[in-house]
Amino acid sequence: MIVKQEGPVIKQRYVSKQREDDPGWKEEEPPYYFLFTTYLSYLILICFGHLRDFFGKRFLSKNYKHLKEQNGYAPLNSDFDNFYVRRLKLRINDCFNRPVTGVPGRKITLLERETKDYCKTFQLTGTTRDCLNLSSYNYLGFAQSQGPCADAVEQTIRKYGISTCSPRAEIGTSNLHLQVESLVAKFVGKPAAMVISMGYATNSTTIPALVSKGCLIISDEFNHSSIVFGSRLSGAFIRVFKHNNMTDLEALLKECISQGQPRTHRPWKKILLVVEGLYSMEGSICNLPKIIELKRKYKFYLYVDEAHSIGALGPRGRGVCDYYDIDPNEVDIMMGTLTKSFGAAGGYIAASKDIIDHLRLTNHATIYAESMTPIVIQQIYTSMSIIMGEDGTNEGQERLERLAFNARYLSTNLRRLGFIVYGDRDSPIIPLLLFNPAKIPAFSRECLKRNLAVVVVAYPATPMISSRARFCISAAHTKEDIDEILKICNEIGEILQLKLSSNKIRYTIEEVLRDGERNL
Amino acid sequence: MESAYPSLNELFVYLNTTITQVSIYYSHIPGSGILLKYIKNSHQNDPFRTALELLLVFFAIIYLFTNKYRTDNKLIELTPREVEELVEEWQPEPLVPQITDDDERELETIPVINGPQGPKVKLINGKSLLNLSSFDFLGLVSNEAIKEKAIETLRKYGVGSCGPPGFYGTFDVHAEFERKVSEFLGTEDTILYSQGFSTINSAIPSFCKRGDIIVADNGCNFSIQKGLQISRSIIKWYNHNDMEDLERVLRKIKDEDTGRRLTRRFIVSEGLFENFGDITPLPKLIELKKKFKYRLILDESLSFGIIGNRGAGLTDYFNVNPKDVDMIVGSMCHALCSSGGFCSGSFEITEHQRISGPAYCYSASLPAMLTVSATESINILKQNPGLPSLIKFNTSLFKQLLANVKYLTLNSSKDSPVIHLRIDNEVVRVGDIQDKERCLQDIVDEVMNNGILLTRAKYVRFQELFDIEPSIRICISASFTKKEIEKAASIIKNAATKVLKNRAY
Ligand SMILES: Cc1ncc(COP(=O)(O)O)c(C=O)c1O
Repeated sequence: MIVKQEGPVIKQRYVSKQREDDPGWKEEEPPYYFLFTTYLSYLILICFGHLRDFFGKRFLSKNYKHLKEQNGYAPLNSDFDNFYVRRLKLRINDCFNRPVTGVPGRKITLLERETKDYCKTFQLTGTTRDCLNLSSYNYLGFAQSQGPCADAVEQTIRKYGISTCSPRAEIGTSNLHLQVESLVAKFVGKPAAMVISMGYATNSTTIPALVSKGCLIISDEFNHSSIVFGSRLSGAFIRVFKHNNMTDLEALLKECISQGQPRTHRPWKKILLVVEGLYSMEGSICNLPKIIELKRKYKFYLYVDEAHSIGALGPRGRGVCDYYDIDPNEVDIMMGTLTKSFGAAGGYIAASKDIIDHLRLTNHATIYAESMTPIVIQQIYTSMSIIMGEDGTNEGQERLERLAFNARYLSTNLRRLGFIVYGDRDSPIIPLLLFNPAKIPAFSRECLKRNLAVVVVAYPATPMISSRARFCISAAHTKEDIDEILKICNEIGEILQLKLSSNKIRYTIEEVLRDGERNL
Repeated sequence: MESAYPSLNELFVYLNTTITQVSIYYSHIPGSGILLKYIKNSHQNDPFRTALELLLVFFAIIYLFTNKYRTDNKLIELTPREVEELVEEWQPEPLVPQITDDDERELETIPVINGPQGPKVKLINGKSLLNLSSFDFLGLVSNEAIKEKAIETLRKYGVGSCGPPGFYGTFDVHAEFERKVSEFLGTEDTILYSQGFSTINSAIPSFCKRGDIIVADNGCNFSIQKGLQISRSIIKWYNHNDMEDLERVLRKIKDEDTGRRLTRRFIVSEGLFENFGDITPLPKLIELKKKFKYRLILDESLSFGIIGNRGAGLTDYFNVNPKDVDMIVGSMCHALCSSGGFCSGSFEITEHQRISGPAYCYSASLPAMLTVSATESINILKQNPGLPSLIKFNTSLFKQLLANVKYLTLNSSKDSPVIHLRIDNEVVRVGDIQDKERCLQDIVDEVMNNGILLTRAKYVRFQELFDIEPSIRICISASFTKKEIEKAASIIKNAATKVLKNRAY
């Protein structure tokens, strides 16, 4: 594909769709030298940590009071658990929880802060810094304070007020809920849907309503905390397979079904496979076609968490099914969050009418938790209508195609520059691997210096070795923005020695800027 | 040492010679010499060390060869054919059970409100009703000032926060709210969650781990139960609001665990019980907690903003030092008419949750608009100190009027605006829980025909740990007029009589 360089930037489009010629998803290893230094760095950090603890506990014992028994109370958190936070995370606390203000859109306004005690506490300086935003899950750019969504929300506040003051099952259901639920169902292509006021709770309260003791949950190793939480609450037996590894999954299915339940070897009541559509730390898209094939053979039920993929993948933004052109009815339960692509809050479950009816009676959040507020519903309703083109404009389609272009353009060109980048080419989440622990804060700080807000993640959110910076691309970004990002990354990549890819074909930044759009 | 065990020493000498002999054969393996020299040296210094190290090597080998993650290591050997057959044969149960008639009715009776929430609501079928079920105790849901504030926020922040607090999802408005709540309650710091229900079931497991001891009221709400379940701690229950029983349980634990490692201990209770409408005797609870050295987690989801002279919850009501309660968990979806929840306590408590509260770390932060509306609600509460007493006034009026209701019992504490109406088993003939639910639903329907909106308290019954008597939950708001309360009371009384009369003994 060759895109002409001239013309308005906004016209840079691409369609998010599975391609046969894509190299697919693969994790590249860095040269051994970097693996070695990474482990060594952690070793040194840990040794130093223990050394400091050793002396600290003896000479500065008042700083360690909270880890010791105090007049009969056990310490609130254990020394061991606390070690990582105290000795590793604390040093780079300035890279996390950065306070912000305003709209988390294309740009984000950081409230600048300083620390006088090595990141233990921070004081706001009162100044702000406008950064290009590569951190928010604002895939389709609906985080806006102006425009049709905001206008509709304003009207809704005036008419409906802020809150519903009751759970769904009691008196917290309004006509707005029913409207948005039928729209969600239509959007994802399922007969029925329900919305829940928090995305995390959507998983953590739905899974226990579906499976219980005597059932088996098979879960991808990188599944989100909310899925783990819900699975544990359900009382079902949990087995984990290697991330997106279909051979491992099949072997596990064979073993579990043929062996039955542990000890008693009774057959499982049911098996629920829980996967994510797009993994938020890896940028990898789940191998849905293969899973559907396995589903036919092994008769498990399939639960797909589309938190990141809904709105962000597929030619029409309908998630992974759309991306692979698979009938949504092949998936039993489609879950998604509305926090991300729609710029709202909460989550949804879409399934057959029977399942949704059952969930309305047994899902904890429907029975006990507050129902979704009118303002949030309105944001979802309007943004979803726009994506579906029901507002009569082409705006939604344009956003989808811009996002698809931005994602592919950035991830391909970062690879061309020689960075190790995980994930699929079409993923709007682009993890750039840093490896060495010292490079985590360095990358974040260097980016901040250049007015780029990025997220860096390390152990325990990722495996120890593969700490990374995670870029979340948005339709609100222009091509100039992405070029700017490429330039900055190139610069920092040189400083921090991040271009570790073994790939022979390597572009210079000038080549990328000139030919970056070719052969995407 | 050596002299104390001469025979053992001989044994080691023998062992040593054997090793030396073996070493001759293996000495040509590169590197082996160093190892052997080491073993020899170490033995000469202390033969026990050799034994110890041998043992260590032995265990290391065993450890390496055992399969660590298998809970069931008795796998049955099966041929691939058999596996295929078993896979072929296996038939799962349906994902969800068939919907029953009762379920169907349950779904149909959930009212759908057309338009805004408020003290008066309109249903989708056109009926206009007085709303006695909403948690809007302060009558703030249609407050214009809050709406204006929310719109102002919308124009500055948009709707969603688009990120978890750790990754650029901490907005200045969140910090502002946290400061406001801490100041209002008199605690050090507060942490904001994005859903009321998920607050306590995330706060509990971030502190309570395997081996810790939690003593909890057996009337606690579902969210607490789930938090306790996920913590994997040792859970002991005491009878609902029974301080003597609590003391008995605490004493028993104390007697039992002499010599055990000191673990974290917590008492968990609700301030105003969602399922009973009664208030926990906080001063006694604090006394016991101090006596037995427990930390206290108090769920004030319902009582925050309602109970006490200032509306600051139980610590205000009983006039105790808020710092005596280690964690005050509150919700913004009730009195504050917004959404979300918070946990307030010392810096240590909040800071720890900021890195380990699962629903805090892994979920997008609360939309700015909802945060600001909650802040504004607190401001209004501060500016109108009469609001909580208005609730109190309305509540006592309502209870007076309903005092002589037939066939029903009132479940509530003196100053609590949450009232559970339950069927009086002594005067009414009813069957099982489902039958009771049906009777109560009949009352709800009957009341609705006369212009009052009520609801039964809903539960996921098969997952609740304790059986709860079915009830209708009534919430009294400051926004009701005397006339409305009188009308509501008389309609409820009439409906109860009408539905339950012919079941009376
Ligand atoms: C896969 C997945 N599920 C659920 C959630 C939780 O969604 P929310 O932020 O709306 O609570 C997330 C958010 O990070 C997620 O990545």
